[in-house]
This record gives sequence, C-alpha cells and structure tokens, in this order.
Amino acid sequence: MPTPTPTTIHDLLGNTWLVLLVATAGIMAFLTVNTLFLVWLERKVSARMQNRLGPTEVGPAGLVQTIADMLKLISKQLITPRLADKPIYHLAPWLIFLPILAAVSLFPFSESYVLHDLNVGLILVFAFAGLTILAIFMAGWGSNNKYALLGAMRSVAQNIAYEIPLMLAALAVTMHAQTMSLRGIVEAQADLPYIFVQPLAFVIYFISGLAETNRAPFDIPEAESELIAGFHTEYSGMRFAMFFFAEYSNMFIVCMVATTLFLGGWHGPFGLPGPVWFFLKVYGLILLMMWFRWTFPRLRFDQLMSFAWKILIPLALFNLLLTAFIMKVVA
Amino acid sequence: MKPRKDAAALLDGETYFLNMGPQHPSMHGVLRLLLRLSGERILECEPVIGYAHRAHEKMAENRNYQMFLPNTSRVDYLGGMIYNLAYCQAIEKMLEIEVPERAEYIRVIVSELNRISSHLLWFGTFLLDLGGITPFLYTFDDREEILNILDRVTGSRLTYSYGRFGGVTQDVDQEFLSMSTAFIKRLRTHFSEYHKLVTGNVIFQGRCRGVGVISPDMARTYGVTGPCLRASGIPYDIRKAEPYGIYDRFDFDVATRNEGDNFARYEVRLDEMEQSCRIIEQAIANIPEGPIMPAKPKKRFKIPAGECYFAVESPRGLMGYYIVADGSDIPSRIKLRTPSFSNLSSMVEVLADTMVADTIAILGSIDLILPEVDR
Repeated sequence: MPTPTPTTIHDLLGNTWLVLLVATAGIMAFLTVNTLFLVWLERKVSARMQNRLGPTEVGPAGLVQTIADMLKLISKQLITPRLADKPIYHLAPWLIFLPILAAVSLFPFSESYVLHDLNVGLILVFAFAGLTILAIFMAGWGSNNKYALLGAMRSVAQNIAYEIPLMLAALAVTMHAQTMSLRGIVEAQADLPYIFVQPLAFVIYFISGLAETNRAPFDIPEAESELIAGFHTEYSGMRFAMFFFAEYSNMFIVCMVATTLFLGGWHGPFGLPGPVWFFLKVYGLILLMMWFRWTFPRLRFDQLMSFAWKILIPLALFNLLLTAFIMKVVA
Repeated sequence: MKPRKDAAALLDGETYFLNMGPQHPSMHGVLRLLLRLSGERILECEPVIGYAHRAHEKMAENRNYQMFLPNTSRVDYLGGMIYNLAYCQAIEKMLEIEVPERAEYIRVIVSELNRISSHLLWFGTFLLDLGGITPFLYTFDDREEILNILDRVTGSRLTYSYGRFGGVTQDVDQEFLSMSTAFIKRLRTHFSEYHKLVTGNVIFQGRCRGVGVISPDMARTYGVTGPCLRASGIPYDIRKAEPYGIYDRFDFDVATRNEGDNFARYEVRLDEMEQSCRIIEQAIANIPEGPIMPAKPKKRFKIPAGECYFAVESPRGLMGYYIVADGSDIPSRIKLRTPSFSNLSSMVEVLADTMVADTIAILGSIDLILPEVDR
C-alpha cells in the first residue's frame, strides 16, 4: 500500500485531520480490495486442491466474482432477531471492523512507507487484535441464539488460550531486536531474518496465529458442522460481510506480523522494491494458511485447549528462557 | 426427557436445552436431537424422528407387488439397488422363481458397486462433519464414476428399480464390465491417497480414537448391525452368515475391528470397499452368458396366503423385508426392518456424556440415512 511517510503527507496536506482522513480512506480501500482478492484466491486455491475450477464466469478467471458477491450482500435485507439484545447486536460488526483499520496503519511496508512508527507498535497491534474477541463475544451474546453463544464462548476461551503463546513467541523476537517498534524489528533483520534464529518461536507464533484468526484446523468458534455458523449465525447481508471481512483481514494482519517479526519484512535476498518483498512474504504465509485449511480436519474444543495450555505455552516459555539464557551467556 | 411440559423444573440455571436439527448443516437428513447440555457436555440426548416419514409400509398395502418395487429404492436412497434387489429376492422366495445365472452375477456386481458408492459418500461426509472438506470432493469424484456405470445399465443414478421378479431389466454389455474393472483399478490407487490424506492424520485420529464406543453388548441390545456391529468385534455379515443369491460362491473376508469407536467404524468401511472390489472382480471373471430373465416372466400374479422374511446386507447393516400375503395381488403387510433405525437407537446411550463436537462425529460415523429411519 503506497501510504506516504508522515513527513511527506504532512508537507502535502499540512493538516493533521486531513492526514487522518486520507490515511483512513487509503487503508479502507486497500483492505477492501485485499479482502476481495483473498476470498477469490481462497476459492481458486481450494478449487485447485479439490480438482475443481472455482469461479470462472465473472471477469477474467472469475476475478470479479467476489465483487459481485459483495454487491449481493450489500443489497440483502438486514435481519435482526426479535429477541436480540439490539444495541450489542448492532454494535458488534462495527467493533470487529475498526480495530483492524487501526492495526493495519502501524505496519512498515518498506523503509519509507510507514504511517505510524510507534515505539510500542508491536504491543498495539496485539491490543487491537485482542479487541476483535470482544466483538465476537458481543455478537454471540447479542444474537440470543444458543449456537451463537456456544460459538462465542468457544471463541473467548480459545483466544485467551492462544494469545499467551502468541505473545511469548513475539517476546523472544523483541529480546533479540531490543525494541518493540515494528520498524526497528525489521531493521534489526537486515542480515538474517529471525526465523533462522528463532525457528521454534515462528512455529509457535504461526500455530497460535491460526487459532487467533479462527482458521482451520482451529475454526472451532464457527465450526459449521457443529455450530451452523457460530457467533455470526444470526447476521445477514452486510453485517455478515463485515465479519467475513474481519476474518480475512485478521488473517492478513497475523501474516503481516509474522513477516515483520520473523521473515525480515521488506528485506529480500535480491533487489526488488521493499513493498514487493513484504507482500510476497505475506501472501506466501496466507497461501500456507489456505493449504492447512483445505487439508486438515478440525480439532475438538477440549483438544484445542489442552494443546494450547499443555504444549504451546510450556514450549513458548521454554523458548523464552532459552533465548534469555543464550543471550546472557553468549553476549 | 420432555422439556415442553416440565421445562421449568429442569431449568436449574446450570443446564440448557439445544435443539440440534431438523435443519442443521451437518445432520444427515432431518434428524432432530434434543440435547440437554452443561456447557459443551451432553447430559442427555433424545433423537426425535419422523420428519421424513413417507408411509412406505402403508403405501405397500394399497398397490400390487410390482407397483411397490419403485418404492423400495427410495427407502434408502444410497443403497437403492440393494433394497430393490432384496425386494425382488423376497418375492422370488415366496413364488419360488428360479433366477438365471447371468442375472445373479449382474445382481452381485451392481449391488457391490452400490455398496462402494454408499461407503464413498459416507467417507466424504464423515470427513466433512469433522471439518475436512477436501476428501469430500475426492470421494464424490470416485462415486460419480460408479453412478455413471450404473446409469449406463439401469438408466438412473440413485433410484434404480433395476430388479425384476426373476431377474433384471437390462442386460449388461462388455463396456459395462470393462468400465467396472477400470473403476476398481482406479479406486485402489485412490485408496492409498485417502490413507495418506486422512487415516494417518493426527487430528483425525484424535477425533476418532476412543470416541463413540459401542460395546459388543450394547450393540446386541439395540440390534446394531452392519459396519457398526463389525467394528465392535462381532463378525456378523449376512452375506457370510446366511448367504443369499450367489454370495456363497465368492471368496471375501468380513472386515472386523474390536475397538468399537469411530476409528474402527472408519477402518471397517474402508476394508469393506476393498472386499467389495474383490467380489466384483470375481463376478466379472466368472459371469456366464445366458438369459437375464426366466423364460416365462410373471406379469400378473397373486401370492398365496403366507409370509416370508428375507434379509440382506445393506451398506448400513441388516435390511429385512417381512411380507405377509393374503392370496391377492396386493400385499397384506410389508414390514421393513431397516438398519439405521436400530443403529440410531443405540445413540441415546452412546451420546450421553460426550461433547457437542463429538455428537456430529459419532452420528457421522454410524452412517444414518434418515428416510430409512422414518420410512
């Protein structure tokens, strides 16, 4: 996303509010197009894996299919269940949507394309990502539907369990980089991406990231074969589309964090522009996620929880201790 | 458990009721499960059936023996051929009709193809219930080939009405036989693919091993039959125990497992497909030339007063016709003994004290066909 650096954009517009407006519009436009593309990609990838063709009719190779689908969703009736908790029910789709905008604005796409370079950028990204769970629970509770509530309950438990190894894995990286600024972390990987220094942390991070975004094999909160559609069972039309949008954007954010922390962000082995490298890596990880989804069956809820608490968290703690030990002894 | 009347007494703030079905994405058909849950744990489970009741047994009392024939393949739409032929065999038993050799071999081939197609569909949907979507499309691709083969000889894909009293409607040609041979070859190569994709998967094993155990005693109590019974360690297959048609001429094994869990049922069905392949191969090798119907087929007939029970092995278990004749051309009563009904009754005991996610997995593993439960 070619968002100019703060200095340039300030020079150009000279007004903080205008900067905010342009940046927000830019991010929204980018995220929307990106989600539409990801949905198309997911369909094509799954089709290829399943000996099918996927969308072919609308546009070249079906590229416009998702736009047609979005138009359909926009034009659909918004149904509110009679016994829903209306304020909560209506607020949830917005609340899941907004933190994503905020989180995306923090990423360094290349050396110069940084909107906000905060010294606590990493924490902020996780904080914004953590907000989505609140929206999911609101959606589940507000719908007044037992399946939605079950899905929301699962989602809360799952996200709490998997946020811990996620952050522990990220913490090991910050110990190496000695900074929490996303830009600083990428700059520290100019010679060697952290995936080679911290392979275990990367694996832990990626698994937890899958669970954080409710992707298969951890798509338990919306397991369609058990809970119909989980927390968004009662949402229709554009409200449903917003949850859908959030799911794909969250997937994108998790992969962007992984690229920033472990794969060296905009750095590449040979001379391509920074953003190209960045997005190549992000899309590589997204393709990996899609591959997982169309290969594995789903875990059971209790298996998922014990996997987090009994395996991932001890492993992440061990990795953190090991990192600290090596850094103290070697350095 | 009757929540409609004394619901208030049961609402203790700790447990709640969940109506799973009749409309639910992974209910196979229109089964409704009334679950009493504590969190995600099932305390009680009551299957409510009858949503697909089409009164097949009553319809039998209003039409003559030939006219009931199309009904039979609609009772179990995945084992239509086997149901169809079993009805013919029951009538043949009552009328003492001799079936020509070639027709008997054709019946075996199409029945076993039908069994494989049913098991393939089960394989795909079971994985779908567990959240694995891709195997579903692979098995449907294979199943499509079977439907094409059967379509070629019967003219339909699901509800065949291929059997006649004394034989079959159409003769098969060389093309049919070579298509079947080619299909078996192709299926065997795909089996290794399925094993790689599914059987060894850690998540799949975690979802299946030790889940939904039907003990041999429980199986006997509820009259569980078919792959579910054989997965509990009881090697009962009517094709071996009381061979009907010409099944005594074929060399095949009864697939059994001892664990009685989801994984055992999965393995039994995969083995059964392989055994069906063996039977088809032998049948194709030995099929004689000759007529496919008796010299004087019975067009209009009355069955003398009496009764007859005839059971076959359907993809889901013991399928029996109990026919009572009163001397006219209309049956006095036809009772269908369907395996899914008995298999489903065991679920009250099996599903208690499991997780919601396991409900779907266990129900998937016993392979229910709801129209067959309700009839």
